[in-house]
Amino acid sequence: MADKKINSITDLQQLSQTLLDKQKEYKIRVLICMTGCRALGAKDISTKFKQSLKEQKLDNQVIVIETGCIGICAKAPTILIEPFDFLYGSVTPDDVDEIIETTIKNSKPVEKLAVSQNGEKTANINEVEFYKKQKKIVLEKCGRIDPTKIEDAIATGGYLTAVEMLNGKKPQDIIDEMTASGLRGRGGAGFPAGVKWNFCRQAQGDEKYLICNADEGDPGAFMDRAILEGDPHKVIEGMIIAAYAIGATQGFIYVRAEYPIAVEHINIALDQARQLGLLGENIAGSDFNFDIEVRMGAGAFVCGEETALIASLEGQRGMPRPRPPFPAHKGYLDKPTNINNVETLANVPLIIKNGAKWYSDIGTEKSKGTKIFALAGKVNNTGLVEVPMGTTLRQIIFDIGGGVSDGRNFKAAQIGGPSGGCIPAEFLDHEIDYDSVEQLGAIMGSGGLIVTDDRTCMVDLARYFLEFVQSESCGKCTPCRVGTKKMLEILNNICDGNAKPGDLNELEELANTIKKASLCGLGQTAPNPVLSTLRHFRDEYTAHVEQHKCPAGICKELTTFVISAEKCKACGKCIDVCPTEAITGEKKTPHVIIQEKCVTCGACRDVCPFDAVDTE
Amino acid sequence: MAYKPELDIDISLVEAILDRIEQARQVSSSPEVADAHQGRVSSSPQVADARRVGGAAGGKVSGDDLIPILQEIQEAYGYLPRPVLDRVSERTGIPASRMYGVITFYDQFYLEPHGKHNVRCCRGTACHVSGGKKVINSVKSALGIEDGETTGDMLFSMETVTCLGACALSPVMVVDNTYHGRMSARRAEQVLQQLKVEEG
Ligand SMILES: Cc1cc2nc3c(=O)[nH]c(=O)nc-3n(C[C@H](O)[C@H](O)[C@H](O)COP(=O)(O)O)c2cc1C
Ligand code: FES
Repeated sequence: MADKKINSITDLQQLSQTLLDKQKEYKIRVLICMTGCRALGAKDISTKFKQSLKEQKLDNQVIVIETGCIGICAKAPTILIEPFDFLYGSVTPDDVDEIIETTIKNSKPVEKLAVSQNGEKTANINEVEFYKKQKKIVLEKCGRIDPTKIEDAIATGGYLTAVEMLNGKKPQDIIDEMTASGLRGRGGAGFPAGVKWNFCRQAQGDEKYLICNADEGDPGAFMDRAILEGDPHKVIEGMIIAAYAIGATQGFIYVRAEYPIAVEHINIALDQARQLGLLGENIAGSDFNFDIEVRMGAGAFVCGEETALIASLEGQRGMPRPRPPFPAHKGYLDKPTNINNVETLANVPLIIKNGAKWYSDIGTEKSKGTKIFALAGKVNNTGLVEVPMGTTLRQIIFDIGGGVSDGRNFKAAQIGGPSGGCIPAEFLDHEIDYDSVEQLGAIMGSGGLIVTDDRTCMVDLARYFLEFVQSESCGKCTPCRVGTKKMLEILNNICDGNAKPGDLNELEELANTIKKASLCGLGQTAPNPVLSTLRHFRDEYTAHVEQHKCPAGICKELTTFVISAEKCKACGKCIDVCPTEAITGEKKTPHVIIQEKCVTCGACRDVCPFDAVDTE
Repeated sequence: MAYKPELDIDISLVEAILDRIEQARQVSSSPEVADAHQGRVSSSPQVADARRVGGAAGGKVSGDDLIPILQEIQEAYGYLPRPVLDRVSERTGIPASRMYGVITFYDQFYLEPHGKHNVRCCRGTACHVSGGKKVINSVKSALGIEDGETTGDMLFSMETVTCLGACALSPVMVVDNTYHGRMSARRAEQVLQQLKVEEG
């Protein structure tokens, strides 16, 4: 279909129209998420659909499309049926025949597969709360197209903006438009993208490079993965525009190896773009040359930091170096280099197409546009959420996210990963943007948003992050290498019940020194999770240190589980799961934990339907 | 990722990898062939070879290519065998010491053979707050090994990783290339038990 080289804007427009007409030959499109949902059996559903449609001779009117993430991962495997826009969750291959009968043949929703909210089933995706409060612009096509077919991207207007730019637009005008849009880098630090591009454009150098940072190291974040898997052509288009604007001829996408589907999809997309002449020499008949190479990370968090990433691209140990010089002046092979995050680049075609004004109307005064959050942890609707900057945490976690899972109480939202912090309930109504999050002691980071409940220990969580940065510290500078180790020792002592008076003060002092003295962003932000929990949850620390108690029942040495005789209904579930046979009890008599045998693993508390297991 | 004991290391695999990269570099340094690549399906995801505009000139493999080369070798051999690394050093001139520095920096390179099945458990934040530790402990005790170790019969290796990007389905475990979401200690044990039965 799309195999002829594109030599002009007209070529591309015509191809787009032809492809769109061809799409319309199908009356119904069955969209099946084949990325995240693959983990829960989406492939079998797709196979069954194709087979049944063929058997019933419907395959000339109905097309099955394997897409990227539809968003509401909590309901995986999910499918979406156009043009009805019916969203079905927790689908199994056994449901396929009913879907064909009810929806495909009779245009009606299959009630039992619809998403339920407030006790009612809602099939239309546009009426589901999870989607209603979102503003999907970057993720607009994610879940609606086949990411392995450039035809789908082109039919929906892909590459048109880039090709228009290459045909006569002045690079400086593009940069000015980007600066005016107010787009800030989505990789964490929030530096204005247009300003950075300008540094690189102005830098002296015969060769310039563009790097897309797809290392996505924040554990708990998966926005970049979803974009690359679900709409890779948008990132490539953004890269073409960026490269043209700064004058780069070679690009890299540095993607973590833990994302095999993303690597596969981006490689397919690059090959297809090359075949159509949208990458390579004389892109789309213009005199601009640019190509992109994919490089895989090898499991080092610090390689998400730009100077470490460049070292890694050069085949070195991924150690950061001091800045300045910034990559814009001295980057890959010491040449001027511009690095942007995946989500930043995915925003570019939208901004250039719709204009800076359109973009800057979305968001807050100092943070423009939308932000994608990866909503995970103790929340009902885990998944991928795109909202305007300035949306409150309450809207994200309760309206969109459907509240805390298992009916428990909200404790804090962890934002910004190992460089970020925990935001407690009292700030749920604060508008979230780069600056407000920072005021609360966290950072926007890349967009990981992890909800914790009253069974999450904040001291343990702080320890968890310190363990993480401690093991990921590259070891080059002493404050980070030794300082984080020392902090971890103290936190281990606190969690194990061996805290000494004064430990909290020492922890704070160390934290502040490491922040000031470390070489790169890893060390400079490593103490944040500790400082933010000390700030918002100090009483939990004191309970550990002074009363030797872990209120959340997580730190084993400081926890004693007991079963409340009043609440226990003697169902026996806890007896079944206890790995050490530490629970006794008959039918109709409340169960009891034999403390000598208990290893405080918490399995009984997790399964108890009556909330009868509690900390002493 | 088949396991190959040190004795019968097939050196020809690495020769082929290096041949291909060298060839690609030669191609990229002659301008007239640039067009010939357009229609080609990428041969290897790691080394995008000839398309490189600014890469090493003159058909030489350079230190720049080191990480992709190591990734391809590991893909082919299952780990990074010493004789193979020596050969890379001989042919490319990259000192073995530099290779060792790089290999030990990155978590994903192994200098020891790995088991037939690779079990990766997530210790990322989302998995941590959803009880990932319990899953990790149950895998360790089911296999009788610690993080980063391989069972005596060379059937299983286990390692913890910092995030698999499937956080919405936490806790997550990946066995070989299959993702298992919403794990519990019990379910993890069952998955492994099933594999053990299949292996006899
Ligand atoms: C320790 C550390 C890890 C980082 N990890 C990432 C990452 O995984 N992805 C990313 O885009 N940026 C990451 N960054 C930020 C990059 O250094 C860089 O600022 C960013 O890629 C620039 O892109 P942007 O301006 O589009 O945000 C990290 C920074 C530090 C200090
Ligand atoms: S935190 Fe476990 S998959 Fe991301």
